[in-house]
Amino acid sequence: MLSKLKSFWRILRRLSGDDAYERYLRHHAEHHQGAMLLSKEAFFKQWQDEKWNGIKRCC
Amino acid sequence: MNNLLKNSIWVLIAALGAAAVGGIALNRGENINTLWFITAALCVYAIAYRFYAAWIAATVLVIDETRATPAERLDNGRDFVPTNKWIVFGHHFAAIAGPGPLVGPTLAAQFGYLPGTLWILFGAVLGGCVQDMVTLFLSTRRDAKSLGQMARDELGALGGTAALIGTFAIMIILIAVLGLVVVNAMKHSPWATATVSATIPIAMIVGLYMRSFRPGQVLEASALGVALLLLSVVGGGWIDHNPTLRVWFDHEGLMLAWCVMAYGFAAAILPVWLLLAPRDYLSTYVKLGTITLLAVAIIMLQPTVKMPALTQFIDGTGPIFGGKLFPFVFITIACGAISGFHSLIASGTTPKLLSNERDIRMIGYGGMLLESFVAIMAMMAATVLDPGVFFAINSPAGVVGKEAIDAVAKISSWGFPVTVDQMQLLASQMGEATLFARTGGAPSLAVGMASIFGSAFGESMLALWYHFAIMFEAIFILTTLDAGTRVGRFMLQDMLGNIWPKLGETSWTPSVVLTSALVVAGWGYFLYIGVIDPNGGVNILWPLFGIANQMLAAIALCVATGILVKSGKLKYAWVTGVPLAWLVTITSTAAWEKITSDNIRIGFFSAANDLADKLAAGTLPPEKAAVAPQLIFNQHLDGWLTLFFVALLWLIVFDMLRVCSRYLAGKPVLPLAEAPHSPSCLVEDWVRD
Repeated sequence: MLSKLKSFWRILRRLSGDDAYERYLRHHAEHHQGAMLLSKEAFFKQWQDEKWNGIKRCC
Repeated sequence: MNNLLKNSIWVLIAALGAAAVGGIALNRGENINTLWFITAALCVYAIAYRFYAAWIAATVLVIDETRATPAERLDNGRDFVPTNKWIVFGHHFAAIAGPGPLVGPTLAAQFGYLPGTLWILFGAVLGGCVQDMVTLFLSTRRDAKSLGQMARDELGALGGTAALIGTFAIMIILIAVLGLVVVNAMKHSPWATATVSATIPIAMIVGLYMRSFRPGQVLEASALGVALLLLSVVGGGWIDHNPTLRVWFDHEGLMLAWCVMAYGFAAAILPVWLLLAPRDYLSTYVKLGTITLLAVAIIMLQPTVKMPALTQFIDGTGPIFGGKLFPFVFITIACGAISGFHSLIASGTTPKLLSNERDIRMIGYGGMLLESFVAIMAMMAATVLDPGVFFAINSPAGVVGKEAIDAVAKISSWGFPVTVDQMQLLASQMGEATLFARTGGAPSLAVGMASIFGSAFGESMLALWYHFAIMFEAIFILTTLDAGTRVGRFMLQDMLGNIWPKLGETSWTPSVVLTSALVVAGWGYFLYIGVIDPNGGVNILWPLFGIANQMLAAIALCVATGILVKSGKLKYAWVTGVPLAWLVTITSTAAWEKITSDNIRIGFFSAANDLADKLAAGTLPPEKAAVAPQLIFNQHLDGWLTLFFVALLWLIVFDMLRVCSRYLAGKPVLPLAEAPHSPSCLVEDWVRD
């Protein structure tokens, strides 16, 4: 039961983008070690701007 | 044995589905339970998904699980990210499901429940789902390119330009018609207006919270926002009961239209984090929550459908919009059956997240099935109302008369009895002054939803449910409105950048203000005309939107058919070719009627001429004569616009046929732009990270 709740919480965080920065940190650690790391604020700003640069919503 | 069991289950589902569809189709005169619709829909979807979609995936598209997707190859941790299929499904569905599948079926219910329901079911499984799935596949094989780019690469410059213009045009018309729906829902309704206005500061609070107070804490901020939204529904009721405050929110349609335009302009130039992004979070949660709630309520309650299977309005005399069953039911219900707009999401956006080609069937085909189910629920919410009430809410004053007594007499004379008292009682239960002539589909859907929710979860809160439903529709209509204005601005800047590069800079303020103003002026014009039109505006704008949306779907299917033929799969080209032929038929027929019909409720030019004659003869009442020149101009404009859409459609169809025939004759054509095969190295365990 607890593990189900936990996985639901993970899905919810993933869907909403709540964990976007953690994913970015992980991606960064795996692929670009040593490169400049964005702060959470800066990352979030960039993430949101990119998300809305194009058709994202429909009729 | 196991196989036998499986086969017999599918035979059983097929038989059940056939019985339910047959029951819906053959039922006459008696009331029919909504459970029939749910059963029919679920069986049709299950069979189509299990057999047709699987066959397309395996045989036509030849999905290759071992091939690396763009998300894997181009993984950058931001927009290209291999993602769990359920998460991608959630993003994809949230992106494709807007207000379209709620409004279209509500309007099309004037023909009775049957035509719309059949078109939603079969249009989706044979057309809309196929379009979404094939486009998703093609874009995935082409580094997540957009529809416009694919059209340019595979068919040529003409196809690319047509896709670009089509997208821009549909955006303008879509925003105008959705704006009109919101305005009609708020007209002289202080409660609705107050609640919808409150969503703007609420979105800003959420935006500030996510940006400055607790950066990146999306879920916390959203929970706060949803709580505030629910409070705003209650607060709107309080304002409505307060005699001094309520006048602040009690406005004419025109005033509200100006406010919506000002809002759209502000949303396009303000930074996304302040208004657009937080509003989108809220609307997504409210949308998914309410749709689930509606499904639960319908399944729990199983209300009875009171609308007949077919009404006399299939002859084209319907009060909500003019035009015969064929082709107008297919134009009115675009989203929910087949929607060209989806091809813009299925190309470019969703493929960047897809971790394996195997998921294409579930996300592309399955996502559209779910949207189709939303449309079925909207159809049920409209048809469980008493038909008399349904027509009283949705018929414009220009058709049934301004006075309540005239309207009920006219509607009752059609064989749908309704009384002034009944409408008055309903309005007071819903906390509204009147429900007559509340066109656009939102109020009648809200009344339908409120009565379903009310019966399922408590009658005492009908007014709250009604305004919750209005808020629910308004919040994502406004999201589409501001996201669309912004996209329109980017597209316009991109186009103007070819003329003067400085205008193409998305961060240069004068260009931002100028292009935003131009886009708002574009849809604002149609919204303005829609509001001042005594026939309700929906009658004009919605068919125009349907034609534009179906034209975009036809462009997507042209690209798909062209690519199938160029890939040497001529014998399977019918999979996209048949829906394309159908769309070209209905779009061209509808456009033909809108342009040439003598009936002033259908033909744009005949309506313009009729009005011009009446104006010249001086037979118009003064308030109509004042707006007549604008209406005449608009009818002409709409006629030419329709002609332009249909010309564009035929141009791209011929372009596709030209490419196909050159290929088949062995002449050189543009090469397939498919990215080369590279093997996937993704293992399964990232899924549960």
